[in-house]
Amino acid sequence: MFRSKTKLLQLTVTLTACAFLLIPTLMSVLAGVTVNYFKGVSSGLTFKWVLNVWELYADSIFLSLWLAIACLIVTLIIGLPAAYGLARHPGWLSRLLEEFISLPLAVPGLALALALLQLYGTLSGFRTSWTFILVGHVLYTLPFMVRSILAVLAAMDLKTLEEGAASLGASPWQRFRDIVVPNAMPGILAGALTVVTLSIGEFNLTWMLHTPYLKTLPVGLADSYASMRLEIASAYTLVFFVLIVPLLMAMQWASARAQRIAQ
Amino acid sequence: MTNRTFVLTCLTPLLIFSLAFLAFPLMRLFLASVEGDNGWAVYLDIIRKPRYINTLVLTVLVSLATTFAALAVSTTAGMFLVRNKFRGRNILLSILTLPLAFPGVVIGFLIILLGGRQGLINQITPGHVVFAYSVLGLFLGYLYFSIPRVLLTVMAAAEKLDPALEEAARTLGANPFRVVVDVILPGLMPSLIASGAIAFATAMGAFGTAFTLATNIDVIPMVIYTEFTLSANIAMAAALSIVLGIVTWILLLIARSLSGTTVAAGG
Repeated sequence: MFRSKTKLLQLTVTLTACAFLLIPTLMSVLAGVTVNYFKGVSSGLTFKWVLNVWELYADSIFLSLWLAIACLIVTLIIGLPAAYGLARHPGWLSRLLEEFISLPLAVPGLALALALLQLYGTLSGFRTSWTFILVGHVLYTLPFMVRSILAVLAAMDLKTLEEGAASLGASPWQRFRDIVVPNAMPGILAGALTVVTLSIGEFNLTWMLHTPYLKTLPVGLADSYASMRLEIASAYTLVFFVLIVPLLMAMQWASARAQRIAQ
Repeated sequence: MTNRTFVLTCLTPLLIFSLAFLAFPLMRLFLASVEGDNGWAVYLDIIRKPRYINTLVLTVLVSLATTFAALAVSTTAGMFLVRNKFRGRNILLSILTLPLAFPGVVIGFLIILLGGRQGLINQITPGHVVFAYSVLGLFLGYLYFSIPRVLLTVMAAAEKLDPALEEAARTLGANPFRVVVDVILPGLMPSLIASGAIAFATAMGAFGTAFTLATNIDVIPMVIYTEFTLSANIAMAAALSIVLGIVTWILLLIARSLSGTTVAAGG
């Protein structure tokens, strides 16, 4: 008797939490395709708002996709060798370096953006270019890439594998290319999906770093929430959901897979 | 090329990037905080001037409320989902983790859809119920953000709890309340402290949600933003950023030492 009552209470809390998270999301999706949200769904459904969003914000959407790809390339170029270096040189210095590059996970994006602006804000060529936003995105996503690869590398016997290859005459570069990279693939995949998902949704840093000519998707969202009618803001959010939800699911799948391999 | 130089070469791009875009900018930020008219006294001003101390207190209170609410909701839901296998369980789990990828601005908008002037609550209730732009709206926004993050950490720990312990407690005559207090909560404690610290730190620094909702509420991220953009009080903006950054960094350090998880703060 007691047991079923507690279960009922637990179920109620779980369902309430689900409703709290899901209902506004569904409302936003619905509002984005409703002719007139104030009159309700009875006013009819339309794709007019989504098309409006496309006309108004296509540039922001493409900028975000472009930034995400650029961010992925840079985090791979910096993060993959770095993760290998950290895995081959475990010790307090590596721990310290890993801890340091993880600072952007803890320090609010607003503070990091202010720091970047203080140092580079006066370099107008850099300040107004898209690479300035890219630096912010790389700063924020790099620790995810490094940790994701490092977790996989740390779980395997890299030293023995490499010694085997070295005894057969493989150079450090050949070992990196033919042994480290293929073995790190699950971590690279999980890291890559995390980087892209986070970059597309990044707002805190980007809001401070962007210029009126360089608005990313989330910056455009904030813009539309402040100045557009509710239907357009919702339609834009809908576009964002369509982009981010599959990425999130792929990221969760890849991270779970990498974690299984790392164990 | 020897092995050692190759490994060091591998670390070079990371070193250069983090020096140029993390270490130096943070040093510059610190210098900017003490280069103002007041010098080092700017840090005293945070606790001396009513505007800043009130902001600090309000931010801590809202963040604490968020933390405890998120812990209560997520622990209950997390234990339920771990201990019961039923049809639709995965759907509930997906719904509860879906908002992980939502930026703070989007969550702010979702709260407006719930509690704004054209919001759901205002439509289905008599009278005029608009709470999106109040402290309650901000609290709900932070809660929305925290539930999935806390849930994942708690569920990971709950899966490692041995159900036999609870059964033993029950056969010894413990009522459900005692089982929760004496068996389940102590077992989950490290992950509860860890995810609580993450939720608290995230709420303290949440800018996106505050940006959409807190137009009239002074919380630290909004004050930093207005000091920087409107009042051009760079020193104060920098000082508040540094204090906020140190607080959230220490909290997340505690969280990681207890649970080993990495959950993105942001928001």
